[in-house]
Amino acid sequence: MEVAHLQRRFIDLTTTLFQQGILDNQFIQLQQLQDESNPNFVHEVVSLFFQDSEKLLNELSRILDHQIVDFKIVDAHVHQFKGSSASIGAQRIKDVCIAFRSCCEENNRDGCIRCLQQVKQEYCLVKSNLEDLFRLEKQILAAGGSIPTMQ
Amino acid sequence: MGGEFTEEADMEVLPSMWPEDIGSEARKQFNMEQPGANRDMLEDVTIKEDPSVVDFKRLLELTNYSEKGSSQLTYLVKHWEYRHTNAVRLLNEELNILSKQRQEVELKKLEILEEHRFEDDKHAGSKRPVSILEEACDVWGRVPRKRNDVAAYNRNLDIDAEYDTAMYWKQRALQLEKMLQETIKREDALMQKLLENIKNLETQSSPVEELSQILKRADNFLHFILQTAPVVIGHQDKELRYRFIYNHFPRLEEEDIIGKTDEEIFSGAGVKEIQDFKREVLERGSPAKREIKFDTPLFGSKTFLIYVEPVFSKAGDTIGVNYMGMDVTDQVARRERMAKLREEIAVQKAKETELNKTIHITEETMRAKQMLATMSHEIRSPLTGVVGMAEILGTTKLDREQRQLLDVMLSSGDLVLQLINDILDLSKVESGAMKLEDTKFRPREVVRHVLQTAAASLKKELMLEGHVADDVPVEVIGDVLRIRQILTNLISNAIKFTHEGKVGINLHAVSKQCPGCQERHNQGLTAALQSTRLAKENSSETQSYIDRESSHCSTCQNNLDQNSTEKHHLTNEDTEKHNQQYEKIVWLRCEVYDTGIGIPEKALPSLFKKYMQASADHARKYGGTGLGLAICKQLVELMGGNLTVTSKEHCGSTFTFVLPCKVPSKRENSDDHDENEAISDSEITADSSSDEINGSFVFKPLTRGTLFSSDGSMVCKTKLFGSSMLDALHISNGLSESDSYSSNDCTSRKRLSSDRVSAISDAKKMQAEPKGPAQQSLGHNVNDFGRINKRDEGCQDSTNGFVMHKFDSSIMDSSRTQRNTGLQQGKMASSERANMAESVKSLPTCQSPTHEKEDTCMSDGSSFKILLVEDNKINVMVAQSMMRQLGHRIDVVNNGLEAIRALQRSHYDLIFMDVCMPVMDGMQATRLIRSFEENGYWDASVTNGNDHTMTSSDSLTHGPDAGQSRKRIPIIAMTANSLAESAADCLANGMDSFVSKPVTFQNLKQCLKQYLPC
Repeated sequence: MEVAHLQRRFIDLTTTLFQQGILDNQFIQLQQLQDESNPNFVHEVVSLFFQDSEKLLNELSRILDHQIVDFKIVDAHVHQFKGSSASIGAQRIKDVCIAFRSCCEENNRDGCIRCLQQVKQEYCLVKSNLEDLFRLEKQILAAGGSIPTMQ
Repeated sequence: MGGEFTEEADMEVLPSMWPEDIGSEARKQFNMEQPGANRDMLEDVTIKEDPSVVDFKRLLELTNYSEKGSSQLTYLVKHWEYRHTNAVRLLNEELNILSKQRQEVELKKLEILEEHRFEDDKHAGSKRPVSILEEACDVWGRVPRKRNDVAAYNRNLDIDAEYDTAMYWKQRALQLEKMLQETIKREDALMQKLLENIKNLETQSSPVEELSQILKRADNFLHFILQTAPVVIGHQDKELRYRFIYNHFPRLEEEDIIGKTDEEIFSGAGVKEIQDFKREVLERGSPAKREIKFDTPLFGSKTFLIYVEPVFSKAGDTIGVNYMGMDVTDQVARRERMAKLREEIAVQKAKETELNKTIHITEETMRAKQMLATMSHEIRSPLTGVVGMAEILGTTKLDREQRQLLDVMLSSGDLVLQLINDILDLSKVESGAMKLEDTKFRPREVVRHVLQTAAASLKKELMLEGHVADDVPVEVIGDVLRIRQILTNLISNAIKFTHEGKVGINLHAVSKQCPGCQERHNQGLTAALQSTRLAKENSSETQSYIDRESSHCSTCQNNLDQNSTEKHHLTNEDTEKHNQQYEKIVWLRCEVYDTGIGIPEKALPSLFKKYMQASADHARKYGGTGLGLAICKQLVELMGGNLTVTSKEHCGSTFTFVLPCKVPSKRENSDDHDENEAISDSEITADSSSDEINGSFVFKPLTRGTLFSSDGSMVCKTKLFGSSMLDALHISNGLSESDSYSSNDCTSRKRLSSDRVSAISDAKKMQAEPKGPAQQSLGHNVNDFGRINKRDEGCQDSTNGFVMHKFDSSIMDSSRTQRNTGLQQGKMASSERANMAESVKSLPTCQSPTHEKEDTCMSDGSSFKILLVEDNKINVMVAQSMMRQLGHRIDVVNNGLEAIRALQRSHYDLIFMDVCMPVMDGMQATRLIRSFEENGYWDASVTNGNDHTMTSSDSLTHGPDAGQSRKRIPIIAMTANSLAESAADCLANGMDSFVSKPVTFQNLKQCLKQYLPC
């Protein structure tokens, strides 16, 4: 009963994440890559993503704090961020990154700062949601259930 | 005393009774009666008599005959009559009063006589007939006597004598007698005066005199009023001859005007108009007003408001016109100014609204463009998927119908992709997002590549030629990708619209100051070259073939010689001047000409507009987006040049663009001179392989059997050759050439050998293929269908990994956008040749290439070694995991430079290359890898200074597996689908395919399947 409940919550959460466009099919790709030989794959990747992203976001905040901004560097960072978010399927982050990059191209500092705020929000959203997801996963596993697969 | 009294009475009565004011009252309106007062008033108004010029006779006539005149006269006469009746009445009244007085006096006298009968009898008897017996006495007897009583009473008081004495009565009688006599006398006097007055009135105040007086007064008044008014008043008769004119500022004498018409007096603008106007009024018989502009020598340019009224005779006929004109020049000017101002304001307002509208539209357009760009971008990613899948589908077994459908699908897909790329390019240029990247490049190479590319995908029997003039620097700096894009675009356009004849490129340097003369010179030069070439080709084919071969060898040598002394060459000749003069900038003029259908003159202006084609008809017939030329133009302009076109219908078109390119500075030149020389060595030898004579290239028609000519245009097939004969010829050619190979000069050996080797390889293929499905492929070759498929099958069935690779790429190439195809193929072909050259070199060691490849294939059969070049850790992790699942080994490096190092260290079967990376991006890395594959040298930029560990590879790296490593490695780009890393660019840079990021399991699997056999 408990397991079934957790599993339903897991599915609900995942579905919402997809419906809201927070995640896209790429995340399913990740989930599919996870198997017995690599049981923690999604978690590993996502953790790496968190680490990497926080570093990037801090760096971006630092750069954009200054009055004079080297937009090439900002662009490179955002490119990175866009790439990794795309890889884990964090669609909305990716979308904001696209806008962010066009701001960079225009050398639009205000735009960049706005995008940074947005991307931070999206990141927090993804992070908390994924953490919830992993917690659920752990709980399911602890309760002896299996992780339901999507699709 | 009595006399005094009567005088007094006279004075008392007369002034009060005499109608002193009558006349003055009636005439007040004309101020006729008090000339003194009027004179005073008019004294300071000195009236000039000059202004009015009167034809008095006419005036008289007028007053006599015109209705107005007679009515005026009637009025005056009536008035005069009234005044006189009034005077008569008043005089009669006076007369009455006088008679009454007399009666009174007589009555009194009678009384006195009755009282003093005795005394007065004599008097009374004598007086009675006179006074009492008058009838009038009776009539007036009833008149009240009060006044008389008083008078009588008063008079009574005046008698001084004793009352009631005889003396008194006598005195009194005498007194009364005297009074009576006086009264009678006065009566007479009055009578006389009255008569006199009547007579006077009758004689003196004749109507004419008074009228003329009135008229004069009126005239004076008119003068007074009008003397400073800017008016002209006139009367003209039926023939419009002036009879009267009043003009305050007369310029003409009376005799100049009276009796003449306007037209006789004045000349200039407006005179005719006024004349006509007057005539019109005269005819219509109703007054009218009109504004007429005059410009006469007499009074200059003036505008008059003219009022004209007709004058009628008593009978009702028009006998002339009165007219009045007022100078309104200032008012008109002011009015016009106002109108103009109002107009300007209106225009301003209209402009403003127009501008607002434009701004709005512009904003909308911008938004729409942005939208279009975004949409295009969004469409492109899935579309590449569709096209890619279709391509993969093409590699599977399909029947003929399916194949046909697939072909349509692919070409449509390619078209859409092309369109979207074009749109993106355009919007990039328009939004200013297009950035030009300056790189060093060799114009000759570019021209050759473009032509090679075009030749490879050519489906028509066209001659492709290129000529690069000597004055074009060996190396220039510019955005080579964009220049290549422009050239490719123009060339493919030219090919599209040309059905027979030739298409070509001329490239030469021009001095910007005077491009005309330079151009003419160069054109002459190319023309000469072309004609010689044509003459050559018209001669027998085999002959020319041999000719070319031999000349080829010698030019090779020449080239090499020139090359070694290139430095001298450059510095000694006028190129040096050129360099000095334009140390920074050289203007390259490039002409792309064809002998196609041409462009009608009326279509020329819209030629470079977006989505425009010469005509709807053409669009239907030839397809295309209509964006190509627009992009070319914008790109050229972005680079600071210009693009023009000249064309003659049915004869052909020439697109010409002039571009400024930087020339690498001398210092830079000398810096990497060594490397340059090394490179140019190899590259120029490469050039020589393609019929190059002094920077000229010719690609002859390739009709059938691209299967055998995938190594570019080296194996020249013409319509003269039947396809069945072809093979034999090839084999024999190849053999004979390989025979002669040993006898060739050593310096040119390498390139030449590769030439022959390709022929050999063809021959080999021919030998090998009949064993397997090659027979099939030959059959298909004839009908040209299922080409790809069969070749693919051939490759799959064949155990020759080398050949297979080649086929793989050519499949991809031919199905890719055409632009990139040939380039790819050319590159690939040359790399193939290089490979073969290497293998041929090792032939004496008795290692057949087939064998070698077979070995590698076998050894790598189970799992492949794949290199992932990616800087994003997460991407790496994902890709790694996917690869692992697919069962491949994978090495990861983080940028292009590391990838090159990894390649130098070991062998890989496939490279996945991220495009955007730090240190060295994927494009550059790919270019370097391809260059290495082609030349066997790592490019200077890799070896030079970038990494000290590479210095050893400065000298040739001929490791044991050198040949192996220089096999063309499939490089798959991983693009983030952003503008800077378009698929086309990837392919243009030598990549084989691309997967869009984020990579999916499916994508990866398909890609691997396509590029890795087994």
